[in-house]
Amino acid sequence: MRILRFLLQKEFKQIFRNKALLPMIFAMPIMQLLVMPLAADYEVKNINISVVDHNHSSTATQLTKKVIASGYFKLVDYGNSYTQAYQGLETDETDLILEIPAQFEKELLTQNGSKLFIAVNAINGTKANVGAAYLQQIIRQYNQSIRLEMMANNQQMAIPEVDIATANWFNPDLNYRYFMVPGILVVLVTMVGAYMCALNIVKEKELGTIEQINVTPIKKYQFILGKLIPFWVIGVFIFSIGLFGVSYGVYGIVSQGSLLLLYGYMFLYLVALLGLGLLISTYADTQQQAMSIAFFFMMIFMLMSGLFTPIDSMPGWSKAIALSNPVTYFIEVTRMIMLKGSTFSDIKMHFAVITGFAVFFNGWAIINYKKTV
Amino acid sequence: MQNKVITTTNLTKQFGDFTAVDHISFEVNKGEIFGFLGANGAGKTTAIKMLCGLSNPTSGEATIAGCDIYKETEKIKQRIGYMSQKFSLYEDLTVIENIRFFAGIYGLTDQEIKEKGNALIENLGMQDSMHKMVGSLPLGWKQKMAFSVAVLHEPQIVFLDEPTGGVDPVTRRQFWDLIYNASDRGITVFVTTHYMDEAEYCNRVSMMVDGRIAALDTPDQLKSYYNATSMDEVFFELARGAKRGE
Amino acid sequence: MFRDPKTLLLLFGMPIAQILLFGFALTNEIKDSKIVVIDYAQDNASKNIIHKLSANPAFDLAESHFNAEQIENAFQKGTIKLAVIFPANFEHNLLHSSNSQIQIIADASDPNTASTLSNYASAIIQDYQLSQLQQQGMATTPLNIDTQIRMIYNPELKGATNYVPGVMALVLLLVSVLMTSVSIVREKELGTMEILLVSPVSPLMVIISKAIPYFALSIFNLTIILMLSYFLLELPIAGSLVLLYAASSLLILTGLALGLLISNSTDSQQTAMLISLMGMLIPTILFSGFMFPIENMPWPLQIISNVVPSKWYYIIVKDVMIKGLGFSSVWKEMLILTSMAIALLLISLKKYKIRLV
Repeated sequence: MRILRFLLQKEFKQIFRNKALLPMIFAMPIMQLLVMPLAADYEVKNINISVVDHNHSSTATQLTKKVIASGYFKLVDYGNSYTQAYQGLETDETDLILEIPAQFEKELLTQNGSKLFIAVNAINGTKANVGAAYLQQIIRQYNQSIRLEMMANNQQMAIPEVDIATANWFNPDLNYRYFMVPGILVVLVTMVGAYMCALNIVKEKELGTIEQINVTPIKKYQFILGKLIPFWVIGVFIFSIGLFGVSYGVYGIVSQGSLLLLYGYMFLYLVALLGLGLLISTYADTQQQAMSIAFFFMMIFMLMSGLFTPIDSMPGWSKAIALSNPVTYFIEVTRMIMLKGSTFSDIKMHFAVITGFAVFFNGWAIINYKKTV
Repeated sequence: MQNKVITTTNLTKQFGDFTAVDHISFEVNKGEIFGFLGANGAGKTTAIKMLCGLSNPTSGEATIAGCDIYKETEKIKQRIGYMSQKFSLYEDLTVIENIRFFAGIYGLTDQEIKEKGNALIENLGMQDSMHKMVGSLPLGWKQKMAFSVAVLHEPQIVFLDEPTGGVDPVTRRQFWDLIYNASDRGITVFVTTHYMDEAEYCNRVSMMVDGRIAALDTPDQLKSYYNATSMDEVFFELARGAKRGE
Repeated sequence: MFRDPKTLLLLFGMPIAQILLFGFALTNEIKDSKIVVIDYAQDNASKNIIHKLSANPAFDLAESHFNAEQIENAFQKGTIKLAVIFPANFEHNLLHSSNSQIQIIADASDPNTASTLSNYASAIIQDYQLSQLQQQGMATTPLNIDTQIRMIYNPELKGATNYVPGVMALVLLLVSVLMTSVSIVREKELGTMEILLVSPVSPLMVIISKAIPYFALSIFNLTIILMLSYFLLELPIAGSLVLLYAASSLLILTGLALGLLISNSTDSQQTAMLISLMGMLIPTILFSGFMFPIENMPWPLQIISNVVPSKWYYIIVKDVMIKGLGFSSVWKEMLILTSMAIALLLISLKKYKIRLV
C-alpha cells in the first residue's frame, strides 16, 4: 500500500503538471458535451421543399398550404418549372420536389384519381426516408379530409375510419437532445479513459522510465494500479461534471432512474475501459502507435455502439461487432437509466457483460504486460 | 564465497539466430568496481539487462547478491540499483519529488527519505535547484542525480550502463568521485563504459568482444599482458578481431 | 515511416475498415425493430393488420403474450421499441360505429426511430383501411391521390452514398494532419529534428521532404477508398476523377499545413495528437455535414462550420462524385478550399521560419 501511495502521488503530480494535457482532459469534454448535442440533431425538420405546380387549381394550392402548415417543410420555391426545381436539388437548396400535374384537379374529380410526383435527394438516406414519409402522410391526410368532405356533401354512408392514437413515451416532445446527451457522456468518459491511459503508459516506455521502474521492487499489480486509479478518478470526475453540470445544468435532463445505479455501472465500465487502455499500451512501443491503435478502436467503438444508428438495423456481422463492444452497453444503460428509469433487474445482463469485459481486458493486459522486457 | 556478489556461468542470450551474449562466465567481488568494457554492439547492455532481471537469459546460470537470477528476481530487485544509458528519472517531477518517489518505492520510511534526501541534495550541492523540474537541469547534474538515486536505498550492487555518456570531463571526474564514495560504503559497482580512461579507474575490467569475454583482469595486468601503455591500446588490440562492428 | 509495420498497417487498414463500417454497417434504413402487438380484439381485422405488420421488414414482432401493463417494463428493459394495441371489439366497432381506435406507443428515448416506426405502423394501418374500403364494394373510392416517389442519386437509400465522401475527408485529414504533426513532433522529441535543421539542407526542403510521403500516402489511401466504394459498395463515380483528385489534393495540402502548424506549437507527441484530434477530426465529424445535418444546427454552429475545410470538401465530393456535376457547379467551393490551403500554408511556413531564427 505504501508503494501504491508513492506511485499515485507521482501520477497525479505528473498529470496535473502537464499544462497541455490538463485543459484537454477537463475543458474539452465540457465543450464537446455542450456542442455535440446541438450539432448532433437528427431530428428531421426544416426539410426544404420545392413545389412545381402545373395545375394552379384551388386543390393544388390547398395541398401546398397543408404541406407547409405541417411544420416539417420549408417552401423554398414555388413555380412551374421542374428543371428549375431540379437545379435546386443539385445545389442542395432543396431536399424534396413535389410536382403537381397540370390536370391534377380535373383528373381527381372526373377520373377519380390523380398522381403526384415526388423527387427526393436521397444522398442522406435518413432524411430522404423520413421526409418522404412525412410528405406522404400529409398527402394521405389531406386526401382523407377532402374525401370526407365530399362524401358529407353527397350524403353517402359514413366510411369506417380507424383512429390512430400515437403516444411517445419517455420523450413526448421527441427531443433529440435527450437521446444524444447520455450517449455523449459515455463517449467522453471513453475517450479520456482509454486514450489517456494507453498513452500515459506508452510514454513511460518510450522515455525509458519504465525500465527504471522495472528494476525496482514494484510489483506488476502495483504499477498497473498506480496507472489505473488516477485515470479512473479522472473518468469519474468528468462523468460527474457532464452529468450534473452539462446534462442537468444546461439541458435540464433529470435522470429518471437511480443515480447510484448509474454510477455503479460507470465504475465497472471504467475498470473495463482502462483495462483496454492498458492492453493497448502493452502492444504499442511508441505513443504514435498507441494513438493510432486507440483511435482505430475508438472509431469502431463509436460507430458501432448505437450512438447514432440503431443496432437492430445493422446487418448480422456488424451487429455482432456492436454486441462485443463495451461502449454499446454503457450507452444503452445510460439511456435506459436516465431516460426510462430502468432498474437493476432491467439491466442485470448489462452488468454481467461489463463485468466480463473488465475481467477479460484486464486479465489479458496483465498477462501480456511483461515486467521482463 | 560470501565475497562473490555476482557469479555467472555460461550466461547466454539469443535473439533468434543472433547470439547477443555468448556463454559469459565471471565473478565480481564485494565492494569492487568492476568495469564492463566493449565496443558498441558487443553485448554489454544485453548482459547488464539480464543481470538486473530486465531480460530473461536464454541459458546459463547467474546469482546476484546471493539470489538466483531466474527464481528470485523480486529479491534481487530489492538489493540492486540500476542506472540506464537513457536518462530515466521523471523529467516532469522536481529533484526532491524524484528522490521521494524512488526512495518511497524502495520502501524507505518517511524519516529515512527525509534524511537521505537532504544528504543527497547537500552532497550534490543542489540545494538551490531541489524544487526545479529535473528536465530543466543540465545533463551532468541529471547523471549525478540519477546515480545518487540509484544508490539511495543502499543496494549491495549498483549497475551503471554507460553512465557518463555525453558528459564533460570535469563532471565525469565528479561522477567517478561518487562511484568511489559508494564503493567505500561497500556497494559493489558494475559499470559499462567505452571510455578507456575510465577503465583505468576500475579495480578489474572485462573486455567484451562479439558477445564473449575476451579478457578479464586488473587494468595493470591487462596492460602488461598486451604490452600496452594504456587501456586504449589493450582495447584496440582485442577489438581488432571483432566481426561485429558498427 | 515505412519501417514501422504497426503504424503502416493502421495507415492502410484504417481507410478500409472505415469504408466497410460506414458502407455496410451504418444503414439509414430501419429494419428488424422489435415491436409487440397487444390484441384485445382477436378478430379478423386485427389479425389482418398484425399480419401486414409482421410482413414489413421494419418490424420484428415479439411473440410473447403481453398485456398493457407490461409495456413500460419492456421499454425499460429495452426489449421492444413500439407497441400496437387493438382494443376489444375492434372489428365490430369499425363496422358498426364506423369508428375504432388503435393505440401506438413508441419508446421515444430514441426519437427518430420512434417517429419512423410509428409512421410506418400508421401507414400500414391506413393502407389496410383503404383496401378494406375497396373490398366492401366501394371499388370506386373517390378522389384518390396517388404518389410516386423517386429517390434521386441514391435510389436504394444506401448509407454509403452519404458516408463515403465523409470518410474520404476523414481519412485524408487523419493521415495529413495527425500523422504529420505527430511525426514532426516525434523527431523533435527524439532530437533528430535538430540534426536535420543544422544540416545544410534548407528548412523548406526539410518540411517538403516530410510532407511528400504523407501527401503520397493520402493520395494512395484516396485511391483505395474510391476503388473499394466502386467495386465493393457499388457506388459509381458519376463525375470527373480529375476534379475529385484536384479537390482532394487541396484538402491534403490544407491538412499538411495544419499538421505543420500544430507541430510548431507543441513539443510533445501526446499534445500534438490531442490538438490534431480536437482541432481537426472532431470538427470534421461534427461540421462537415456527413454525420450531422448542418441545417439543424443553431446558427452560431452553422457559422463555425464555414471555417471547417472538410465541409467544403464534402460538398465538392458529393456534387462531383455522386451528383456528377462539373467544375462550373463547384468552383465556388474549390475557390474557398484553395484559399484556405494557401492561407494555412503561408501561416505555417512563416511560423516555422520564425522558430528557426
